[in-house]
Amino acid sequence: MTTRPSKWLAFVPAALLPFLTGCGGSQSVLNPQGLQAERLAQLFWLFTGVCGAVWILVLIAMMIAIFRKPRKGYRPVDPLVVDAQGERRTAIVVGSLVTLTALMLIAFTFLSYVATRGLAAPNEALNIEITGYQWWWNVKYDNPNPSQVFDTANEIHVPVDRPVSIDLKAADVIHSFWVPNLTGKQDLIPGQDNIVSFTARHVGRYRGQCAEFCGWQHAHMAFLVIVESAGDFEAWRNGQLRVARAAAGEESKDREILHGKDIFNTRGCALCHTIRGTNAGGRMGPDLTHLASRSTLAAGTLPNTQHDLIAWIADPQAIKPGNKMPKVPLDGSELDALGAYLRMLE
Amino acid sequence: MGMALVRRLMATNPRGIRDDELSEVGLKRRLEQTWAQPTGWLGWLMVDDHKIVGRRYIVTTFIFLILGGLAAVAMRLQLARPDSLLIGPDLYDQLFTMHGSTMMFLFAVPVMEAFAIYLVPLMVGTRNIAFPRLNAFSYWIYVAGGILLWTAFAFNTGADNGWFSYVPLAGPEFAPGKRADIWAQMITFTELSALAVSIEIICTVFKQRAPGMTLDRIPLFVWAMVVTSFIVLFAMPAVMLSSTMLILDRLVGTHFFNPAEGGDTLLWQHLFWFFGHPEVYTIFIPATGMVSAIIATFARRPVFGYLALVLALISIGILSFGLWVHHMFVTGLPRLGESFFTASSMMIAIPSGVQIFCWIATLWGRPLRFATPLLFVLGFIVNFVLGGLTGVMVASVPLDTQVHDTYFVVAHFHYVLVGGAVFPLLAAVYYWFPKITGRMLSETIGSWNFWLAFIGFNVAFFPMHILGLWGMPRRVYTYPAELGWGPLNLVSSAGALVFAASFAVLLLNVFQSFRRGAVAGDNPWGAGTLEWATSSPPPPYNFALQPVVNNREPLWAERDSMPVVTGLRVDRRELVGTSVTYAEAETREVAPDPSIWPFLAAVATTIMLVGSIFTPWAVVWGTPPIAVTLIGWFWRKGEKEDLD
Repeated sequence: MTTRPSKWLAFVPAALLPFLTGCGGSQSVLNPQGLQAERLAQLFWLFTGVCGAVWILVLIAMMIAIFRKPRKGYRPVDPLVVDAQGERRTAIVVGSLVTLTALMLIAFTFLSYVATRGLAAPNEALNIEITGYQWWWNVKYDNPNPSQVFDTANEIHVPVDRPVSIDLKAADVIHSFWVPNLTGKQDLIPGQDNIVSFTARHVGRYRGQCAEFCGWQHAHMAFLVIVESAGDFEAWRNGQLRVARAAAGEESKDREILHGKDIFNTRGCALCHTIRGTNAGGRMGPDLTHLASRSTLAAGTLPNTQHDLIAWIADPQAIKPGNKMPKVPLDGSELDALGAYLRMLE
Repeated sequence: MGMALVRRLMATNPRGIRDDELSEVGLKRRLEQTWAQPTGWLGWLMVDDHKIVGRRYIVTTFIFLILGGLAAVAMRLQLARPDSLLIGPDLYDQLFTMHGSTMMFLFAVPVMEAFAIYLVPLMVGTRNIAFPRLNAFSYWIYVAGGILLWTAFAFNTGADNGWFSYVPLAGPEFAPGKRADIWAQMITFTELSALAVSIEIICTVFKQRAPGMTLDRIPLFVWAMVVTSFIVLFAMPAVMLSSTMLILDRLVGTHFFNPAEGGDTLLWQHLFWFFGHPEVYTIFIPATGMVSAIIATFARRPVFGYLALVLALISIGILSFGLWVHHMFVTGLPRLGESFFTASSMMIAIPSGVQIFCWIATLWGRPLRFATPLLFVLGFIVNFVLGGLTGVMVASVPLDTQVHDTYFVVAHFHYVLVGGAVFPLLAAVYYWFPKITGRMLSETIGSWNFWLAFIGFNVAFFPMHILGLWGMPRRVYTYPAELGWGPLNLVSSAGALVFAASFAVLLLNVFQSFRRGAVAGDNPWGAGTLEWATSSPPPPYNFALQPVVNNREPLWAERDSMPVVTGLRVDRRELVGTSVTYAEAETREVAPDPSIWPFLAAVATTIMLVGSIFTPWAVVWGTPPIAVTLIGWFWRKGEKEDLD
């Protein structure tokens, strides 16, 4: 991803540019990839430009003030003797500067108000409901037709150029939903329904992260927004709507996978996790129906590879201390079997 | 305000020994006896001289500054590298909570009050602070709160929900154990002491000013402390209320903040920030008072725009109560209402701008000596203006949705609080150290101190703006390498170490100069306000004869001899009580003697408050001992106090 040049860049001291635009692309305010984030970035550069200029002017004024030579013949004898005419001139200058400050602030307030209106949710948006848990995200694709509703976790697929409206709920404590490349953040608050909306402008993968401190693993509460073409999105959605491959009898060929499924259903996993189409129907943890199709584990903590998956199940508390998934005593072959079972849930 | 009137007022009581009956030496000896502080370990607990209590306060706040600073250094070590395993989430959460709570409640607000306790009575030309016993009580309560918080941390029961302690995370369901209760009760302690100090300062300034110190002759630092004290009076009750509600939710099973039972999660945030935002100004406003005092002295002229500066202080004080929602822009409040708070938050930049412009105008073209206090003041202008401008950015609702709860905000408020308050505070340390100890701090070490602080601070905090824009949220104990935040975090951590080193240099300077520094004399900077009219350090009675003021800068106006009040009794602790507006002498006020009761009352209050963390019955059995100590404290002295 590259940063789109903006007309406000000219205001920024050139030395800062490589710093500000160089990297940090996939979770950055400065690399807008959505309609709202673009507007916010423009507003940001405008504010930065004006404020930066004000700062430099104040510093110049201060430098002149302290290094200016006293007038000729000036003798600091009596500190109480001041030049009345000079004081009047200074008062006019200070008064004008205060007036200019006030005008600048009025303009800023007006621009902010206009920009705020631009953040509102449009009609005809794709509706998604996200619930924050300590420390993961449940993602529910809403539909008036109940058979079209499904849950996934920590990964949000959206079509490009289509407005998305997200209902935000919290299951336990306050969290905050933030994908800087797409739009500003919005809190998820128990007992309250909030909405955030965005329109992604470019296909890509954007990282988001919880922005409100929510306990021990606040640092490991990330998610991905995957922006794809309308066709890819439909294909993904249809895939997610299907019950798990495990329910379709596809696992019966492999003894190890069968063994893994047995472990999942009898050793406690199913108490918290759902795999649609099987007996596993727990609601405490993320839905794992299509786990293997996701690219990260434990809310963006690990890449979703066989090795990391097994390491995670073997000791979740070592990787993400304090998280709600207990360490289940399993030996090596049991872990392998469970891993094989979960890896087939595409 | 003629001297004749003063004399007439003072001459009505013929009993006792009066100051005009004694020779200069005899007067000082007599005052020395009358105002002597008790000695011995019991006397140590009884002391109520505002200078000794103020000194204790200053030293204690700096101890908490060091503790809070070490917590910050530990956090920076953890964040220096991505995926660092140095500190786990449990300890990290305690560290940032201890850092924030300590810096806000145990350092920044108390240290400003500490300087005020020491300086305000001297600056207004009186002999002790109003309600000196309450002052002693407030110190012990403050110390008890600080010890409570840090002892708990030492036993791994440190608060871990952030200095803002949001519910439900800090509520009964998600914060088991006593960590959140200890935090909430620490609030009660520090707010109790802050309220007490505010009342003392308001009364000292309103009723004990030197005769002739009309409202428009009050030094700007004193004005700043009056405004601050009023902010404290109106803001602190909100947080004491909310922390008490939190304790009730946790201990008694009320549901103030539980939405499942009709409570409201956001109620906490409203109450907390209704206090929390003005709190920022109780730190910043005193700092502006320090800046005004130092700039006037170094520019050797009265501050430009005195009236504008006083009005700016008052308007900041009032506006500070209309900003709290800008901490809640992403909680889903109605957008139109939020825009109102954008406007009010922006508006506070106007009085701040007035201050900056007036200070620059004061310095304009004056021959300056770049001593350490002035260096810190100039550093303050550089850092604070930057922090103020990023404040304008976060005041904008749309921009705040991006930068809220990111390192951009961490950078912003450190520029405002450290750049805007700690730099002036360090200037104040260098400026008033000679008055407090009688010795100058070393200028050589002082410039090292300044440059280490200035460079270290900016290297530590400027990169955080960029990290925030790159998406780094606050309060994360670690971050993955692939986001590219590692290098700037490393730079920031290095800067933090340099900044920490600057405080080691300050300590070195203080310890060395305390023993071997150059002797200061009464007025080493050639300043114009009354604290420089007495010896350094001042005697227990502050002024042998209380001054009369005819000018805003009395020492510049009366360089040969200062007019004084005579006719006060010196065989008991008399001082002049004056009217609020024109500071006309009205009464002879008898200041109370030192007493052990304030200390005992503080012990009894501490037992009750700590007990009530564990059982609500502590409020029942804990109250009678407090009542007993208060009765002892207020017992009638057998002598009429106010005589006119």
